[in-house]
Amino acid sequence: MSLVVAILTLVLLAVVLLVVSAPLRAAQRSRRESGGYSPAEPDRGGADLERDELEAAREAKYREIRDAELDYRTGKLSREDYESIDSALRAEALEILNRLETSAG
Amino acid sequence: MNPARKRTVRLVVALSAAVLLASALIYTSFSAASPALTPSQLVHQAQAGRTYQVTGTVVQGSVRREGGVLDFSVEDRAGGTAIPLAYTGTVPDPFREGREVIVTVEKRGGRFVGERNSLITKCPSKYKTAPASERQNY
Amino acid sequence: MAGLGRACLLLALAVCAYGVWASIYGVRSGRLEFSVSGRRSVYALAGILTVAFVVLEIAFLRNDFTFNTVADTSSRTTPAAYRASAVWASQEGSLLLWAWLLSLWSSLALFLTRDRMRDVAAYATAILLGFGGFFISLMLFYANPFATTHPAPAEGQGLDPLLRFPTMMIHPPMLYSGYTLCTIPLAFGMGALLARRLDADWIKAIRRFAFAAWLFLGVGILLGARWSYAELGWGGYWGWDAVENASLMPWLTGTAFLHSLMIQEKRGMLKVWNVSLVLATGTLAIMGTFLVRSGILSSIHAFGGATLGVPFVALIGILIAGSIYLVVSRRDMLRSQHRLDSLLSRESIFLANNLVFVGLCFVIFWGTYFPLISEALTGQEASVGPPWFDRYTVPLALILVLLSGIGPVIAWRRATLANAWRNFLAPLTFALLTLLVLLAAGIADKPGAIAMFCIAAFVFGSIGQEFFRGVRARRAMAGERMPVALLALVRRNRRRYGGYIVHLGIAVIFIGVAASSSFQHASELGLSPGRSTHVGAYTIRYVRPTATITPKYDAAHTGSTLSLGAVLDVSKGGRHVATLNPSQGFYASQDASQGSVGSLIGGQPVSHISMDAGVTRDIWSAIQPNIEAPQIKRILTAGNRTLTPEDALVAIGVLARTYLQHPPTAQFHFIVSPLVMWIWIGGLIVFGGGLVAIWPAPSAVRRRVAARSRARAVRGLARA
Repeated sequence: MSLVVAILTLVLLAVVLLVVSAPLRAAQRSRRESGGYSPAEPDRGGADLERDELEAAREAKYREIRDAELDYRTGKLSREDYESIDSALRAEALEILNRLETSAG
Repeated sequence: MNPARKRTVRLVVALSAAVLLASALIYTSFSAASPALTPSQLVHQAQAGRTYQVTGTVVQGSVRREGGVLDFSVEDRAGGTAIPLAYTGTVPDPFREGREVIVTVEKRGGRFVGERNSLITKCPSKYKTAPASERQNY
Repeated sequence: MAGLGRACLLLALAVCAYGVWASIYGVRSGRLEFSVSGRRSVYALAGILTVAFVVLEIAFLRNDFTFNTVADTSSRTTPAAYRASAVWASQEGSLLLWAWLLSLWSSLALFLTRDRMRDVAAYATAILLGFGGFFISLMLFYANPFATTHPAPAEGQGLDPLLRFPTMMIHPPMLYSGYTLCTIPLAFGMGALLARRLDADWIKAIRRFAFAAWLFLGVGILLGARWSYAELGWGGYWGWDAVENASLMPWLTGTAFLHSLMIQEKRGMLKVWNVSLVLATGTLAIMGTFLVRSGILSSIHAFGGATLGVPFVALIGILIAGSIYLVVSRRDMLRSQHRLDSLLSRESIFLANNLVFVGLCFVIFWGTYFPLISEALTGQEASVGPPWFDRYTVPLALILVLLSGIGPVIAWRRATLANAWRNFLAPLTFALLTLLVLLAAGIADKPGAIAMFCIAAFVFGSIGQEFFRGVRARRAMAGERMPVALLALVRRNRRRYGGYIVHLGIAVIFIGVAASSSFQHASELGLSPGRSTHVGAYTIRYVRPTATITPKYDAAHTGSTLSLGAVLDVSKGGRHVATLNPSQGFYASQDASQGSVGSLIGGQPVSHISMDAGVTRDIWSAIQPNIEAPQIKRILTAGNRTLTPEDALVAIGVLARTYLQHPPTAQFHFIVSPLVMWIWIGGLIVFGGGLVAIWPAPSAVRRRVAARSRARAVRGLARA
């Protein structure tokens, strides 16, 4: 029995090592090919992180605008209150949209 | 009052209310709690009107059922004074003589009366360090 | 094969250690491939633990008694299904289940965030692998599921009969999924603090994880309550037992978090509060696991034997200390961006409900850990009982449900006061009507229940009004017919209307709880055949006794040697309502000192309750047959004296016949509880609503909505 166990263990170990070291080997390969350091996957550096963040913020802001409209239509807000909240939200949304454009360009 | 001041006031009021409620809660918990005692401790320390949680072994031959009342005695795990008590309420399935039980009692007129539905019985099997699945009936 | 299992544990520990190092090195050095490798370590861990789990399962199914845990919790006579679930009936098995579930859920969470939040996810990976390593170490050094004994015993101890119920098979995995899922938001919360990034992206991801935890934990709690009520001989669904409370506490903070997260999303506020909630939820989940596993609190679930206590206390200490340090050192990035616009806003109501949730959690925490607290403070261990818990949780629960009725009527950001007053009219009227009806029905003496019913009516009115107005608005905008409009309304506003459905479900649950607690009729008495008793409006008559014997090696049933019970006839006003047949099963014990016959039925007896569940009430019955009656005892002693273990079953047959012919008085427990079924129905509504709320809109719809919103936003600027 223990021979089977030993073999199975070795197989498991091999699979684990393969899976876990794959990104390291890929990085090494690309470094050798390009002759310099470049990470395994495209570096989604600071700019990309900011883009993700802005996109999520934009979605959240759109949702707020729709929520405000639904609040108005279900009678929770007076027309004046709605319009003031709505324009405030839209201004905030535009700000996010502008920042998105600048970060892309 | 400017908004910042208003906010500080609100915060202080809210915190004070929370502290007050928490203090009330903590204070009442000490007076409402039942100290955990063994039968031998119970004999010496029990005062009338207070409830106690007694952990002991059911004495062999002491179990009697009359009407809706279960009479039995508990003693320390190591043996010693046996305390008779009268209990009404759900009796867990594993309950029998020789088993360890926990029951909340009150001293009334010299006798110990078990609180309704407060009887818990331990099963003697050693693997009762159990997952949430093992409810010893209650 | 145990060798393979042991090897898996060692390999798993090594993978955890490597993964922790790789993730952190990767994020700090900027060499991303190491972070990716760290994430893959989690996948690898899931694979390894799956192999380990399968090895253990196979051992159980094959009755491999060389495994100590198989010998302790299973036997040849245990039915296959229960043998499969016996894996988590023991200390060591449930540790493996916990670690395995953790690795699975972590793999999923990290896979879903593989493209975003690189730095946060890397730290989260390290923390999750840390937890995994902790549990694997516990297994390796304290309670190894792959410990073996050679030669193997011929027969196992058997599964505790109390666990031989279908619900009990699902309850632990469900609950453990809930606990392990709670650690994922914790890991991502700590990760965000470590990476100094707490933003909208994080909010989106963590909301999904927190919701999954909320769902699984909630279902696990409800299943536990249902199991307790429908299977145990106690007849209650909640006893404020330490282990029940331990699972409720993280659920409460998790629910609070789901609400307050919305405030952070909209106004950039409450960052410290949210991070603290998420860390508290994870810590409470670990504490809950610890409570159950270590037996540090005498509850019906465990009676001492704190072998795992020290490592857990250390882990919890590290979690608390670490959380406090992180929050304090990152407080500059946790500053609020805005303030509350107005006290009359939905944000404000959410804040209030958060306070109530945390208050509830504090009360339950205090009461649960009171034995330890009182021992530490006064030297005398003391405990508080259900009446104390009820005294504080009932008013808080009333406030909570009330808030869920007020919230829908108030707008986000800043509600118009005049509108708010007008909007309360219908729900308040509905509540008042309910009050009048209740008073007219003569139920004036149960103020708590009446309060809950009226508040629930208020909630129904408020939410019903929201649906009505929403449909009306939708029809005005799009001219759709009613059913289409309703569907479209919910589909386009899933979070809002899903949330409303959840609150409806909560109100329904509390109606069930209030009714079944306050208007219950219970009775415990001895009955002999032919006699009857009155419980509430019902008459219950003991018709005749029942006795069944299952052969020793019966694979189909629960395996009790002897089952004694009764047939009961339930009638109301002379009309037959139901027939119940409760029984008690007597199982074999491994205790030879009880005699050849005695040991066949000397094991822990288990009640099989019989219940007639109805929409308006449940009629619940349990029996404790008198197995100590003289005529029974005579047969037992005679059998013990004269029969060998192989022939002892004959005596059981005689016993059964005697019981049928000369039935002694049996102890019965009857309960008539109104509206219990609504607790379970309400639960279904709650979790259904939750799924509606979290379900992502199909991407096509999202793109359309985004485009339209963008156009409108631009138009707004043009106008301004």
